[in-house]
Amino acid sequence: MLKIKNLTKNFGGVKAVKSCDFDIKENTITALIGPNGSGKSTIFNLISGVLVPDSGKIIFDGVDISCFSPENISNVGISRLFQKSQLFDNLTVRENLLLSLDNEDTKFWKNIFGRNKINKKKEDLVSEMLTSIEMNYFASRLGRELSFGQKRLVEIARTILNPHKFLILDEPVAGVNPKLRRKISDILIDLKKKGETILIVEHDMNFIFKLADDVIVLDEGAVIARGSPEKIKESKKVLEAYLGN
Amino acid sequence: MEAYFIHLIILIGIYLILAMSLQLSIGYTGLMNFGHIAFYSIGAYVSALFTLNDIPFVVAFISAGIIAGLFGLLLSIPTNKLKGDYLALATIAFTFVVYVVSLNWVSLTRGPLGLPGIPKPSILGLSFSSNIMFLILVAIVAIVVYFFIRRIIDSPFGKVLEATRDNELATRVLGKNTFKIKSVSLVISAFLAGIAGSLYAHYITYIDPSSFSMMQIAPILCMVIIGGLASLKGTIIATIILVLLPEPLRFIGFSSSIVGPMRQIIYALILLVILLYKPKGFFGKVELE
Repeated sequence: MLKIKNLTKNFGGVKAVKSCDFDIKENTITALIGPNGSGKSTIFNLISGVLVPDSGKIIFDGVDISCFSPENISNVGISRLFQKSQLFDNLTVRENLLLSLDNEDTKFWKNIFGRNKINKKKEDLVSEMLTSIEMNYFASRLGRELSFGQKRLVEIARTILNPHKFLILDEPVAGVNPKLRRKISDILIDLKKKGETILIVEHDMNFIFKLADDVIVLDEGAVIARGSPEKIKESKKVLEAYLGN
Repeated sequence: MEAYFIHLIILIGIYLILAMSLQLSIGYTGLMNFGHIAFYSIGAYVSALFTLNDIPFVVAFISAGIIAGLFGLLLSIPTNKLKGDYLALATIAFTFVVYVVSLNWVSLTRGPLGLPGIPKPSILGLSFSSNIMFLILVAIVAIVVYFFIRRIIDSPFGKVLEATRDNELATRVLGKNTFKIKSVSLVISAFLAGIAGSLYAHYITYIDPSSFSMMQIAPILCMVIIGGLASLKGTIIATIILVLLPEPLRFIGFSSSIVGPMRQIIYALILLVILLYKPKGFFGKVELE
């Protein structure tokens, strides 16, 4: 589904991603792990169009999306969760979720003439999602009125509701309490059962090893190991990357 | 006395159109648009020049909005990637360019001599030459503008504008083309400022570049910020208060040469107090960043 070919990104003299190659198969959950500064978030920024690669290609469903803008990447079917909160603080939880459903709301005249009503189908989709994340009670709260964990849940819901073929999740459980972590874990397991294709960055190894089918390990911007969670656990190279020689 | 009050209400109407349209771009879309006076100026000159060349008022009025809107589109292209202070500076520069052009393109605008004798509006034989008739015209336009902006902000498109204001990157990652969204907002805002300019030109019947200098943005900005960002109700209340507030000075016996500068001082003091103690303004939804 996604092929990364010889991807390189430099920031001045710093080589954040060095000739990186990997691919992601459909209906799998792949984890991207590595020590801090190994290039995980840069790769996410490159895949989602926030950054443009210096060289190399990102092929999604046979289309070269290397130089696509974030909105075009979303429209080809890649939905992204950011590491830091990107909620619309002055919109309600319900409005945050409605925004992710389609792009009909960007059509000025259609909206002015009332031809883009929030119909029952859209309301039901949002309502079902709010029920599944147990946030119905907070539907009318503004984004800025939510706690860190609640924001995280709404953002995950928004990422899932955004029409997609492929999800990329940047540290979905970072900084959340154990109860919420279990809830997010359940949501992701549910997505796995539904056959979603997911690329996930996370520092919590127990969380990752429980969830992922495949693990890619990055160090200094390059792939140093790849395999099943069991294989990665045993890898000497991975231990060295995390603990040093 | 009656004529004086009608004059004040006409001014409130014109300022309301200007302030509500600026609220759309600053408060609802987060565009630090300090170029609003330039669109107001373009509208005033287009409408004045058209009617002075015997083009009917209705055509001139609509053209004023359309041409100001086109300049809004033109400005949105190079400034698309600019945000906050940088966008504010670029739009200030745009105001300055329009001001300098109106001052120096003497063959078209008569430069500092200005354009006198702008005719009072007439629509299908109905003359708006008396102040009471002009008040009715301004009131109708202001009410239509209010409901038009209300329609925009209450629609899903309005929520996209607010999402762009709150977090542009997150809006783009949801698949929305924020360049198009911001351009539409700026074009509408400029269109409405253009028709406000047209009304002003046909009310005062004389315009010159000094009516549209950079300083003229200050009272409009005060109306938007004091009323509160992303609040039409706040904008309306602040506009009425700020237009009326300096007026008692005239009755105390101050001359017009003092009332003008005093007005600026009063606005500046109120703005300072609001920014220090009520950064969201009176009815604002979001804080000015």
